Amino acid sequence: MSTQTFEDQLVEHRVYLMRFARLQLRNDAWAEDAVSETLLAALSKPQAFGNRSQLKTWLVGILKHKVIDVIRCHTREVCAPDTQADTEGDELDRLAFKVDGHFVEPPASWGDPHQTFQQRQFFEVLDACMERLPPALGRLFLMREWLELSSQEICKELALTPTNLYVQLHRARLRLQECLNIHWFGQRTR
Amino acid sequence: MLKFTLLRRTCKQAAALTIAREDRALKLNDAVALRLHMMACKACPEFENQVLTMRAAMGKWRNDPAVEDAKP
Repeated sequence: MSTQTFEDQLVEHRVYLMRFARLQLRNDAWAEDAVSETLLAALSKPQAFGNRSQLKTWLVGILKHKVIDVIRCHTREVCAPDTQADTEGDELDRLAFKVDGHFVEPPASWGDPHQTFQQRQFFEVLDACMERLPPALGRLFLMREWLELSSQEICKELALTPTNLYVQLHRARLRLQECLNIHWFGQRTR
Repeated sequence: MLKFTLLRRTCKQAAALTIAREDRALKLNDAVALRLHMMACKACPEFENQVLTMRAAMGKWRNDPAVEDAKP
């Protein structure tokens, strides 16, 4: 391992960085740009890390800044509304409520989270569910959950009204929850 | 009587508030109403568990490099 150059180590993490960049930006060219910028920035200040995870965490930190730069350059495209079919209807109605506002079918138990999180496949399903979100919805959701921006910061960056942002985040969260219900938890309770 | 209806929420409203809480602070009356609803309802605490599990899952996904490393 010690014969590996810093450059080699960086290249090893390219695929990992691309996954996050693609998921956040939903545009391959932008993702390539952000990851290249990240690797260049890292190369310009090589440092030694005790293990792979530390290097990774450092790279992801740089990537987040580069991704925000990309988002700033493409604000209009980033929050261009998804097609009608993608955004129609009130997401809560998918859960099916009676006229009096009660659940038609009560939500299923998701069991012990610690047990769930020990299963690698769970995170693969979670990834796939995030990928399935329509692009604009997915970007907003990941700005919250991956870039960890506050709702106020997102509104400022993208010139969105809070109401608009909350409606979209609400949709994204319910869709993810539904997707996990179907593709992970449904399967296991059967 | 008026007070009572002010603090009454349907399951649909409670679910909306539970989700909204992930991204914004609730108004005081909504927060109180949600709490009261949770105490009286069987279905909504389960919905809340799902939301909290999602929150924990996203935290783990975002912060644990090993999660991705473990992939083939």
